[in-house]
Amino acid sequence: MSAIASDDVKQGPNMARLIMRFGPLIFLIALIIVFALMNGKFLNPNNILNIMRQISITGLIALGMTFVILTSGIDLSVGSMLAFCGMVSAVVAKGGTANTLSLGTGAQQGYGWFAALLAAVGVGLIAGFVQGTAITRLKVPPFVVTLGGLTIFRGLTLTVSSGGPISGFTPEMRWFGTGYIDWSFGTLSAYALPVPVVIFAVAAIICHIVLRYTRYGRAVYAVGGNAEAARLSGLRVDRILVSVYVIVGFFAGLAAFVLSARLNSAEAVAGGGYELTVISAVVIGGTSLFGGVGSISGTVIGAALIGVLQNGLQFNNVSSYTQQVVIGLILILAVAFDRWLKSRARLG
Amino acid sequence: MLADAVTQAHPGQPLLEVSGVSKHFAGVIALNDVSLTVRSGEILGLMGENGAGKSTLLKILSGVQPPTKGQISFDGRPFAPASPLDAKAAGIVTIYQELSLIPTLTVAENIFVGRAPLGAFRLIDWRRMREETRKIIARVGLAIDPETPVSSLSVAEQQLVEIARALSLESRLIIMDEPTSALTESEVQRLLDIMRKLKADGVAIMFVTHRLEEASLICDRMTVLRDGRNAGDLERDGQAKIAIPAIIERMVGRAASDLYARPAQRHAPGTVRLTVKNLRTIRDPEAPHAIVLDGVDLEVKAGEVLGIAGLVGSGRTELARAIFGADRIASGTITLDGVPIAPQSPADAIALGIGLVPEDRKRQALFTALSILSNFSIAALGNFSNRFGAMSEKRERTDLETYRQMLSIRMASPEQTIDGLSGGNQQKVVLARWLARDPKVLIVDEPTRGVDVGAKAEVHQILVQLAARGIAVVMISSELPEVLAVSDRIVTMRQGRITGEMPAIEASEAKLMALMALDETRSTAP
Repeated sequence: MSAIASDDVKQGPNMARLIMRFGPLIFLIALIIVFALMNGKFLNPNNILNIMRQISITGLIALGMTFVILTSGIDLSVGSMLAFCGMVSAVVAKGGTANTLSLGTGAQQGYGWFAALLAAVGVGLIAGFVQGTAITRLKVPPFVVTLGGLTIFRGLTLTVSSGGPISGFTPEMRWFGTGYIDWSFGTLSAYALPVPVVIFAVAAIICHIVLRYTRYGRAVYAVGGNAEAARLSGLRVDRILVSVYVIVGFFAGLAAFVLSARLNSAEAVAGGGYELTVISAVVIGGTSLFGGVGSISGTVIGAALIGVLQNGLQFNNVSSYTQQVVIGLILILAVAFDRWLKSRARLG
Repeated sequence: MLADAVTQAHPGQPLLEVSGVSKHFAGVIALNDVSLTVRSGEILGLMGENGAGKSTLLKILSGVQPPTKGQISFDGRPFAPASPLDAKAAGIVTIYQELSLIPTLTVAENIFVGRAPLGAFRLIDWRRMREETRKIIARVGLAIDPETPVSSLSVAEQQLVEIARALSLESRLIIMDEPTSALTESEVQRLLDIMRKLKADGVAIMFVTHRLEEASLICDRMTVLRDGRNAGDLERDGQAKIAIPAIIERMVGRAASDLYARPAQRHAPGTVRLTVKNLRTIRDPEAPHAIVLDGVDLEVKAGEVLGIAGLVGSGRTELARAIFGADRIASGTITLDGVPIAPQSPADAIALGIGLVPEDRKRQALFTALSILSNFSIAALGNFSNRFGAMSEKRERTDLETYRQMLSIRMASPEQTIDGLSGGNQQKVVLARWLARDPKVLIVDEPTRGVDVGAKAEVHQILVQLAARGIAVVMISSELPEVLAVSDRIVTMRQGRITGEMPAIEASEAKLMALMALDETRSTAP
């Protein structure tokens, strides 16, 4: 290595970055090919839409989680937060905690889908702000604050709902979970996309632009890459740290709204274990838990990888118990594969 | 077991003999044919300026890296340690400035780490461990509870624990690297007393230090290195101390112009940009041993390079951080272009037009995982974005290209991660980062640390050019030839105070060294 010291024009890192970006994608494509070979119907458009719909809820939260992990933070509370946002939103939508499936009476008393959306997102923003402030002001590590948040938000959810679900929303609200947006190009109307998928796609594009092309995005990478250097370069590090928890809170709220709309019910137990799926998606997508390295495109690929895996295993009648084992193994394998590619790139 | 070490020692016998050792790094000769001897029961001072080769020699002796050429023998046998563990097993322990204790463990656990005494059922015998610890630390004059966690000890006490551990490992040679730089005066006296006691016990000590006063009092002999070579040995010869002028002469022994040419064009300094009056910082209860600024006055003019010469621990970095808003100040005033300022954070200071190139590039300045472009623009994101916060990469690239040419930064592409660049080019990118903000005052702390010789001269040239553009440049450095070559005016610092000021033309290494390293308050013999 020291021989290179005289020659500054090294190409190595660029190559490594290129492969870093495509490692998870290669893995995803390989997985799709394997499942397609095992069962021809896997690539059926309906199944593909199904996978996309499956990943859009956790995918939304994973977008927010990417910001958090880029700053070398973590948010373990997202699953509980989703339940809490969903429950508050359902109360607003129904105008109370009436546990009824009847669409008429409950809905008429409520405040409509827009108020429900604002409630879900608002609660998420506030919850994220409170956690971010606790992390920066009280100097408690993100792991601990959000671990506390995990039980706090679940407890609050159960308190609000008395343990049960709140069900039965207006058709307008349910459209956000079950509807389709028809992209008719001429005579082709086959490309009707589920609304959650469209929401996820639009959100992913916005997040990508924010991280890649704005001042704020640069600051997030800088804070994650080296917080001390970021402070000495004039960045308001604490504000940026709070902001990423606000962002993940926003997405937990949005995901809660879409999930309630899709299930026509806000469940007190909703989102249990989502934090692990979400963090897995981000990490598989190549975002470093140490911060400063990663991308939204990686996260989308990571989320897709988990979705394809779950769906493909179901498709091949693998029991849900075995699925968990396989998914865990593939997670480790995907990251190991990524590491291996990177180390090869560095040597080459 | 301690008694054994003493009986084995034959006072006056050569214990460690280094002969003709050289060390080459990719094109750089760090050590060139260096020889020295340490005898049992003596204290040898290893002296030299920064870059003289002391650290390289220590690394070789402690088994961190092998020499390129030359022989070393220890206790009459060839000594070629493959690892620090090897060196330790042979009986040489090195105590670095950065102590190697585990802060969360107790004193006893640290001393017996990896070799705890076992009792019944091969479980740890805590009582014996405590008793042994008490005996071991008593040898260095410590009477603390062995159950105390190391994190609650002062730096001086931690140092003594390390020395005690070295003794308990039957070490026959203890190498101390700048052991006094973080100590208060009474702690230094205590350490020197213990060194004398160990010497009387037959232990050999190699004392590596910048502090001439202490070294002249405690050392029996000195070996001085300069530019990687032997620059002469000195003996005490029954005197109270080794003559300090003789040490300085051997340490600096060459004209500064041999190393760095003084950049030619000089501009008459303009109006006063930055003034600092009676600046003080308070002792942080969480870091009771940190350096405190004790009434610093300073004035920097536009178009001037002010050199601040001081050793590690003189308060030079603390001064820079206080002006930059990175650390709190207790009292004193700072004015910029005649207007009083009170930056509460680096962001405030930067907004006012102050820039800082920090001391530790890797930890405080670089985003190693990010591209050169991101590293360049991070302090001036506002310059490269519109009012909606959207970045213009085109503008970033254009500006980076300008600075690439101006500072002759050698790089493959702006997308390359910055850790692929050499130290010199990294530092130029950091300088470009501040130039993009067009600062009024630029403070550079050890600007050429980890920068190879060729690029050093370039960085010096850049600093002079920046001053010529009207920036008030403050350069902190412990490399005297650098301070002399680049500065228009020089102040020296020691123990949080300014100890001298002179125009660069009147300064010499000997004068500066005396002001930086001497302590008039503890100059007499014990």
